[in-house]
Amino acid sequence: MPSYKAPLENIHFVLHEVLDVAQVAALPGYEEATPDLIDQIIEEGAKVCEEVLFPLNQSGDAEGCLYENGVVRTPKGFKEAYRLFCEGGWPGLVADPQYGGMGMPHVVNCVLQELICSANMSFGMYPGLSEGAYRALYLHGSQEQKDLYLPKLTTGEWSGTMCLTEPHCGTDLGLIKTKALPNDDGSCNITGTKIFISAGEHDLADNIVHLVLAKLPDAPEGSRGISLFVVPKFLPRQEGGQVKPGARNGVSCGSIEHKMGIKASATCVMNFDNAQGWLVGEPHKGLKAMFTMMNAARLGVAMQGLGIAEVAMQNGLNYAKERLQMRALDGAKAPDKAADPIIVHPDVRRMLLTSKAFTEGARALSYWVGIELDRAHKHPDPAIRQEADDLVALMTPIIKAYQTDMGFEAASLAMQIHGGHGYIWDYGVEQYARDARIAMIYEGTNGIQALDLVGRKMGQSYGRLLRRFFHPVGAFIETHQNNLQMQEFIFPLAKAVAKLQQLTASVAMKGLKDSTEAGAASADYLRMFALVALGYMWAQMALVAQEKISAGAGGRVGFYDSKLKTARFYFARMLPETEAHFRKAMAGAESLMELEAANF
Amino acid sequence: MKVLVAVKRVIDAYVTVRVKADQSGVETANVKMSMNPFCEIAVEEAIRMKEAGKATEIVAVSAGPATCQETLRTALAMGADRAILIQTDAELQPLAVAKLLAAVIDKENPGLVLMGKQGIDGEHNQTGQMVAALKNWAQATFASKIEVGAGEATVTREIDGGLETLTIKLPAVVTTDLRLNEPRYASLPNIMQAKRKPLETLAPEALGVDITPRFKILKVTEPLKRQAGKKVANVDELIDKLKNEAKVI
Ligand SMILES: Cc1cc2nc3c(=O)[nH]c(=O)nc-3n(C[C@H](O)[C@H](O)[C@H](O)COP(=O)(O)OP(=O)(O)OC[C@H]3O[C@@H](n4cnc5c(N)ncnc54)[C@H](O)[C@@H]3O)c2cc1C
Ligand SMILES: Cc1cc2nc3c(=O)[nH]c(=O)nc-3n(C[C@H](O)[C@H](O)[C@H](O)COP(=O)(O)OP(=O)(O)OC[C@H]3O[C@@H](n4cnc5c(N)ncnc54)[C@H](O)[C@@H]3O)c2cc1C
Repeated sequence: MPSYKAPLENIHFVLHEVLDVAQVAALPGYEEATPDLIDQIIEEGAKVCEEVLFPLNQSGDAEGCLYENGVVRTPKGFKEAYRLFCEGGWPGLVADPQYGGMGMPHVVNCVLQELICSANMSFGMYPGLSEGAYRALYLHGSQEQKDLYLPKLTTGEWSGTMCLTEPHCGTDLGLIKTKALPNDDGSCNITGTKIFISAGEHDLADNIVHLVLAKLPDAPEGSRGISLFVVPKFLPRQEGGQVKPGARNGVSCGSIEHKMGIKASATCVMNFDNAQGWLVGEPHKGLKAMFTMMNAARLGVAMQGLGIAEVAMQNGLNYAKERLQMRALDGAKAPDKAADPIIVHPDVRRMLLTSKAFTEGARALSYWVGIELDRAHKHPDPAIRQEADDLVALMTPIIKAYQTDMGFEAASLAMQIHGGHGYIWDYGVEQYARDARIAMIYEGTNGIQALDLVGRKMGQSYGRLLRRFFHPVGAFIETHQNNLQMQEFIFPLAKAVAKLQQLTASVAMKGLKDSTEAGAASADYLRMFALVALGYMWAQMALVAQEKISAGAGGRVGFYDSKLKTARFYFARMLPETEAHFRKAMAGAESLMELEAANF
Repeated sequence: MKVLVAVKRVIDAYVTVRVKADQSGVETANVKMSMNPFCEIAVEEAIRMKEAGKATEIVAVSAGPATCQETLRTALAMGADRAILIQTDAELQPLAVAKLLAAVIDKENPGLVLMGKQGIDGEHNQTGQMVAALKNWAQATFASKIEVGAGEATVTREIDGGLETLTIKLPAVVTTDLRLNEPRYASLPNIMQAKRKPLETLAPEALGVDITPRFKILKVTEPLKRQAGKKVANVDELIDKLKNEAKVI
């Protein structure tokens, strides 16, 4: 049986000692979000995750969702857990107080998302999708639509979905076929089939609010002709000043998928048959509307990768301390036992430290981007808002792709540490690999993230977005390059940054002439960027650790020492991967493109 | 009826407790601290009484260093109305805490005092009894059920042989056992409101209480490590060893 404890000390370290989360409370609108309140929220959220959501993770995987005659039943215990989750107010954590939300900053949401995904990624899908629907309506809905739906989504009484994918298109949404025919009363009749719709049908909420991409009759071809609609499962009706679910709308669940992981999350085929829907935002601007909310959604998926990596690592570590197998190469470490615990073996340490260095580095990276997202929304100075927004736009595809790739990798490493038991269901570790795998695919495949990075973000405003990253990193290197203690981190970081800049220039130049070149370099470029960004985080964490140790560490020498040693591992054994990615990305498109499909 | 709930800040139940190198006590620096689980049950019970219309106001009280504010905030986030911290960095022994609580009770005049049956740290299991004695009130310890009536309460107690039901006159002190209830999670709105609820800080001197320790801890050590067991070949050998080696039969 796997176990999970929320990594509160590590979270605390990143929020308060590395990133200074107190700055968020200085933003207008976030005055309430003081460090002590943030800590209290996280601590209570951690309890709910450990005690309510985590115990349902393995049973939810075994049982899965059940489909019968258009009705979907979630696994045992999910209903009660969801009710408790809603009673606690958690669906409204970041929602606007105007609609009953708590109005907490996004960085707090990042933390909660991490905890929820460690505890039970399947469960997290339901509130996660509601948050997407909330955001779409909040940013683009009419006042009437907001008043109707947002309070219900905030309490969790109603849940939401995002209906984009169709059988013949997932990445290329310009090919969408679902149709919207306008009625005289301003509504539309929506007809078409959506597939892979998470939380499309279930028994947790009283109503389900579908956000659907469809085409109006006069729509231009392709992605410029897609509109966004809100299509409730039950048409809302007013009763005594209250909004209640009314008549059943023409949308139904045709079946659910049998899939590799997140089995407790219902993945539905949704049939729209003249379902009544209402346009959200302007006609034909649906995809554009989606883009404005994409950063937050992709950051959420990045947290799934991190969350799974954390819980997988915790279990790998526990096992490595208990499992006795073979003697350490330099002589027995536990002579009174039949063999040494496998944590003594270099190869097991390689696996543990890879997961640890990733998890802790990615936590700093994600929370940093979370804080920047808050600054992008709320900073009073428009220039700073723009800067923060640029950084978020740049980093989003990087952390979505890298953290989900590594979430799967960390789950696989935890399996490996468990030996044969890692492959067996009862130990609960193989579930992490199955659950983590989807995050690399949905919310824009990781290949598409790489394309977004080199195709859109890199060249945007003559490289302005890139500068939002390279400038602070450069300043950090300059400030600390003469700090003797920091040289073991600063030198390799500076070298990797220089290489990344060189690659950036090369990809940008080649890409201008031939986009295939940019596409061919994209995945390696993204990975190299992520490794450098993590290096920047680890250098900062090492600096804090050194300062704390010099100041006596207040009895926490072990904690800071572990940070320093993990930083060393990162710079010695993970950052060097940048060199291979550099060479692969520089190799050009030819070796990828010259083989004809017929001769593969 | 006003209900006063005493809450203690203790090392979190999930932390592996370590003895200090100098054996003067256990390590508490940088260790996760939480509300004593029995006190959590007491707070929950008070909130349920308020929800049932039996209690009108819930006052949470803690004695200890400034960090106890966090524990009181947790009680406020669960649903207590206001909090009092008797702040001191000095060592507090059960009698001192009982006297401090008795002094607060004199100021507050609650109709009922709810306390955990013991702290999971010292496991003294004394403070509630001492408060009742100091106040000369009725007491019911180890409660697994409390029903508040007019001027009295009926309490089911967990005792060695099973359950005992007592009817006690109010005001009284009741200490909680594990099966009394399952404490709730604090909701987000309550966590946020808790920040704005009043938290008053008092000094022990202001209450006129002498908190000088009455006993001295000489040494704290870890429990002996369990010895490995022995396998025996048959029942005869087992009986022989029980008789002659362990000398228990
Ligand atoms: C469990 C699950 C839950 C899901 N939840 C939802 C949901 O709630 N709502 C929703 O709308 N959808 C959802 N999806 C659908 C998901 O978003 C899509 O599967 C995803 O966008 C990929 O689309 P596709 O499956 O059509 O693959 P395709 O688009 O056919 O892609 C196939 C492969 O081709 C690559 N590719 C395609 N185009 C390019 C290109 N131009 N350059 C480089 N590579 C390219 C892709 O990267 C991928 O590797 C879910 C899917 C699953 C499995
Ligand atoms: C589906 C399945 C089919 C199987 N079929 C068979 C079968 O037909 N017959 C059979 O006999 N067995 C079979 N096995 C067992 C399989 O061979 C073992 O699980 C495997 O040898 C690993 O042993 P273990 O599980 O005890 O892991 P452990 O030996 O406990 O290893 C745990 C981890 O520690 C590492 N480790 C251990 N010692 C060292 C060291 N000295 N240095 C570095 N790293 C170390 C390992 O690499 C691993 O990562 C099967 C297992 C499965 C899951």
